[in-house]
Amino acid sequence: MDYFAQQAINAVQLGSIYALIALGYSMVYGVLVMINFAHGDVFMVSSFFCFLLLLVLPVPFVVALIIVMLATAILGVAIERLAYRPLRNAPRVSAIITALGCGLVIQNTTLSLSPYSQRMPELFKPVTWQFAGVTLSSLQILIIGVSVGLMIALDFFIRKTRYGMAMRAIAQDRISVPLMGVPVNQIIAMTFAIGAALGGAAGVLYASAYPVISATMGVLVGWKAFVAAVIGGIGNVRGAVLGAYVLGAVEVFTVTVLPSTYRDLVVYSLLLVILIFKPYGLLGRPAVQKV
Amino acid sequence: MMRWFKQPPPRGVLLALLVAGLAACFAIEQFGLVDNYVRFVLITLGINIILCVSLNLVNGWMGEFSVGHAGFMALGAYLSACVSVKWLGWGNPLWMFPLAVVAGGLLAGAVGFLLGLLSFKTRGDYLAIITLAFLMIVKSGIENIPYVGGPRGFLGIGNHTSLLWTAVWTVLTLWAIRNLVYSRFGRGIVAVREDEIAANAMGVDTRKAKLAAFVVSSFFGGVAGALFAHQLQFINPSVFDIVKSTEILVMVYLGGIGSLGGSILGAAAFTILAQVLQPLGTWRMVILPLILVLLMLFRPRGIMGMREFPWFVPRREFPAKEDKK
Repeated sequence: MDYFAQQAINAVQLGSIYALIALGYSMVYGVLVMINFAHGDVFMVSSFFCFLLLLVLPVPFVVALIIVMLATAILGVAIERLAYRPLRNAPRVSAIITALGCGLVIQNTTLSLSPYSQRMPELFKPVTWQFAGVTLSSLQILIIGVSVGLMIALDFFIRKTRYGMAMRAIAQDRISVPLMGVPVNQIIAMTFAIGAALGGAAGVLYASAYPVISATMGVLVGWKAFVAAVIGGIGNVRGAVLGAYVLGAVEVFTVTVLPSTYRDLVVYSLLLVILIFKPYGLLGRPAVQKV
Repeated sequence: MMRWFKQPPPRGVLLALLVAGLAACFAIEQFGLVDNYVRFVLITLGINIILCVSLNLVNGWMGEFSVGHAGFMALGAYLSACVSVKWLGWGNPLWMFPLAVVAGGLLAGAVGFLLGLLSFKTRGDYLAIITLAFLMIVKSGIENIPYVGGPRGFLGIGNHTSLLWTAVWTVLTLWAIRNLVYSRFGRGIVAVREDEIAANAMGVDTRKAKLAAFVVSSFFGGVAGALFAHQLQFINPSVFDIVKSTEILVMVYLGGIGSLGGSILGAAAFTILAQVLQPLGTWRMVILPLILVLLMLFRPRGIMGMREFPWFVPRREFPAKEDKK
């Protein structure tokens, strides 16, 4: 039972990080109907930003978090501006290919600059507590707290503010919404900025929880978050969060039953099975194709 | 001179060229006319052409987006290696090797059939996700099979991929896919790309067309994997990852979708580029995807997108000559 509770905490921690990344995939898909394959690598780069920042000057956690989120947001907007915006009216396949290509460019540039994985300096001195055999560290509370806080803020932003309303409007109809005076380009750039900033927060949190970072993290961790977004129903923000916690639990409990080499196999098989039986994810609604 | 290429070649010329080409390959193998490096690059070129044309069938002619081609390669490579090393290792390569290659292709084709079934329900982005999941499942599945070496890889595969075999399979692939896409049935595959619902309404059996495209494409993907395994003599699961799939995508979109001539040009350009960029190490893997992105931005149709080199078009596609009246 203790063991189970401990694993449950680990699952929530992992799920929170996945949720932050998955939100970026889901928001972009909701607004542009496009899979931003580069998002996993944006997350990966953000943890390298954090690493570089701490090498230059050891700032406290909150400052590092804000600086990295800003830097990552700029990267996200730059990718959108340079690679995606020119293709907005091109066939959908072109946009997916470009996204895949951008991701690989980022990943391999990082790999070429840092061929080995890097050990992250400690951002934060965690305090640990023991409750009835379960270890809880302040780092875990921080990770879960920051992620849940950001998610609640995002939900509020999307549901209650004018900008959030504009985002939802563009997701519904990209042709008539500009006629109502909504600046589509700015709103889309803002979506990318928010998505990337959340990915940046995830990068900082991930690097403090699992302090060895490498260029393959975009594929190993970022794409898992993508799986989470798809499981939840890509394009649906709450679905992404649900999918992320489901995936975190599946991953953590898979490893308790099977050797850890089976983790990817189980995760991607789960994705395949869910896509077969619920092609639009747990909370997604099927899109009606108009003839 | 240019007029020659605007019309089909005189009868028999294509066959003569083919025979001459295969004879040249045989001579090169028999008498060692080129050094090992050139031979290696030529075999790689052949394998790349097979990969490129076969992926072009799904991504180009049918207009879906599959990133799973490296998964089919992996299936073909591993099964053929099992056949040639573990099951028929005592055999004579003369008949054992083609058997291994066909076995690899058939396994890939069978799995491609399953993937084709999945494509009935979803298309576009979701099908791309399914092919991605397929690729990851194949890769981590193989990593968990100790019988084929797990993550360490499969060692000690014989060097059976000769230039002649590569040439034979390349020609077979080109021939099969040309005849498929220019057949009445193959028009259905192209119709799926243009508008699936309209094609259905016009009486095209789009399910059959999709299945056929997936099976043929993955069969030849598996064949290419088998040739690849017996060229390198060592395979491990991490070779067949998303980067390998992206390489094939670069070839397809560089050459141009829906074009046999484009596929050959794309594969040739990619093979040469990969050799030229070799000294750059991992930066090579920055430049190749960058080319893909720049292509999509500035020339989304590639070199020969939707156009065809007339020599690859069946004779009946050309309007009948005036003097025949």
